[in-house]
Amino acid sequence: MKKDIILQLSVRSIRLNFLRSVLAAIGIVIGVVAIASMGMMGANMTMSVTEQLSAMANVLVVKADTGGGGGFFGGGPGESSGTISKKTSSSSVSTKDYITKSEFDDLLRAAGKYGTVYPLYQTSDKIQVGDNQGRAAIYGMREDDMASVLIVDQGELPKSAGSVVVGPTLADRQGLTLGSRITIGDATKNESVQKFRVVGILKQKGMSMDLNSDNGIIMPEKSYVGIVGGMEQYDQVNVIVSDIKNINTTKSAITDQLNRKKNVVSIQDSSRMLESITSTVGTLTTFVMAIAGISLLVAAISIFNVMMMSVTERIREIGILRSIGTQKSEIRRMFLYEAIILGLVGAGIGAIMSVILGWLVVLAMVGTTDYFFTYQSLIYVPVSMTIGIAICIFSGVYPAWRAANLDPIEALRAE
Amino acid sequence: MQDIPVIELNDVSKIYPLLSGDVVALDHLSIRIDRGEFVAIMGPSGSGKSTLLNQIGGLDVPTSGVLKITGKNIRHMSDIELTDLRLNAIGYIFQKFNLIPLLTAYENVEYPYILKHRDNDTTGRVSRLLADVGIDRKMAEHKPAELSGGQQQRVAVARALVNDPDILLCDEPTGNLDTKTGGQIMDMLTDLNRQGRTVIIVTHDPLVGERAERIIRIKDGKVEGS
Ligand SMILES: Nc1ncnc2c1ncn2[C@@H]1O[C@H](COP(=O)(O)OP(=O)(O)OP(=O)(O)O)[C@@H](O)[C@H]1O
Ligand SMILES: [Mg+2]
Repeated sequence: MKKDIILQLSVRSIRLNFLRSVLAAIGIVIGVVAIASMGMMGANMTMSVTEQLSAMANVLVVKADTGGGGGFFGGGPGESSGTISKKTSSSSVSTKDYITKSEFDDLLRAAGKYGTVYPLYQTSDKIQVGDNQGRAAIYGMREDDMASVLIVDQGELPKSAGSVVVGPTLADRQGLTLGSRITIGDATKNESVQKFRVVGILKQKGMSMDLNSDNGIIMPEKSYVGIVGGMEQYDQVNVIVSDIKNINTTKSAITDQLNRKKNVVSIQDSSRMLESITSTVGTLTTFVMAIAGISLLVAAISIFNVMMMSVTERIREIGILRSIGTQKSEIRRMFLYEAIILGLVGAGIGAIMSVILGWLVVLAMVGTTDYFFTYQSLIYVPVSMTIGIAICIFSGVYPAWRAANLDPIEALRAE
Repeated sequence: MQDIPVIELNDVSKIYPLLSGDVVALDHLSIRIDRGEFVAIMGPSGSGKSTLLNQIGGLDVPTSGVLKITGKNIRHMSDIELTDLRLNAIGYIFQKFNLIPLLTAYENVEYPYILKHRDNDTTGRVSRLLADVGIDRKMAEHKPAELSGGQQQRVAVARALVNDPDILLCDEPTGNLDTKTGGQIMDMLTDLNRQGRTVIIVTHDPLVGERAERIIRIKDGKVEGS
């Protein structure tokens, strides 16, 4: 068996200065754990957010092009937060903020073959349930569309003019159950006030671009027009594309159909939102990892310090080794081994701990560990280990070089 | 018969530049030592004996002059070659023993063997040498710090011999030993000299000097009486 005497010397030196070596290794452990768990947190967050968002990625929201381009999240019911202003069909075409029936028909022609196309009226208004007052988003939908888009949890879809379905969040907040009555409209502002009966409560849908039904009241087109007005002046048209691969095809089909001469409609898809959220999470992760990186820097300094102390303390020993025929390269190797051993031990313990700690951090920060044992997440363990070991070796290079280049005679005279 | 001298110093000086002024440790020394000689270097403390031995051992380079070891000018040798020379051709017994504190006595002796052969000693040579210098098995497991000065001295002698060097440089090899053990070490060195090795020994002890074939006396870095 070949015995690497140089390695033996490194191991013994570490054992002899056990406490010092342990402290240096702990630095690496902390650095590795910090980088790995932060990286894993970021990866898990990205994956979880992306998963949630891509559930809605198959939706295109078409609105009238008012020239402003339209914000992403502003398209919801909160936009017209004032009182209900009855829409007048006399408003000039160039400033209209709704989609006409004929435009909708064009849309249907262009996009119908790719999925479900449905128009939507939306506003928000004051509501009253018993003595409770509040605001809610109010949507109007055609009855056929309701059947194909909405999923009812309790009760049924509204069949008659006086009935509505409500989202589960709103129902919870306002204590609505099947048969509850809601008064819609603000009497103090001279609006027509109408009472509706809740006939159904929708299933939880989560965040979505097309229709935030969780927090809304949905009624048939006729009822909606009855209080808000504007028959067949749709606030938006949603296209639920059946195959997500066809998103762009659908988009260009709509553009070709309606925006040939001038921009009649604006089309929003979730890809930009998805991108911006993913990149925000990415930036956050990078930032947090940079902070974690600082802990590795501190670890590097402590390793460097330990190595330099090791060199200084062992000057005489180095002199002896050199004087009886140890090559410079072997002295270098001896100190690099020491750094590598510290790095390996530190990174190894760090890896184990970062899986445990990372799991806890992900559970606490992301809320789910569904994505923890995926490649994108666990890759941070070997990555941070490599960084940790590399930093150890890097901080060992100069001390090793110093040791190897000592003058043997000078070194022998050291006390 | 001795064509190339093992050691040849020609006008060699060693000057240590210090803040308080230069220290001339070796002052234009010229010495020639042939293969197989047994030479004692004697002189008062601080006369430059150890410095001279360091030059001969390839540990240090003279400030001026030419130093040839087995015909090769050390100034033209690379660090790697000089280190190899120290490992393979020269056995050095230091005045201060210079054992490796991390290793046991046995491992200290084995260390140069491993460096040379890249393998552990399976021939029993290390144990034999330790027995020859009077270090028993139990003592061989001790670290240098756990040994007496004389015991360390003996381990250092065994280590110098392990790679079977052609040249033996001994700086006060008996300085820490009682007369009996000192005599044993001298017997060993005399024996090695008879086998054809060149032995150069630095000593204060006139009795030790007497056993040498030739005595070089040094004073203030110069060879006396020549
Ligand atoms: N590295 C050095 N730096 C400065 N001066 C030195 C150095 N090494 C030796 N000297 C000086 O050189 C001179 C010779 O020293 P050296 O060690 O060779 O003496 P020595 O003959 O071996 O003495 P001793 O018998 O006491 O061992 C001394 O004056 C010493 O102070
Ligand atoms: Mg001396």
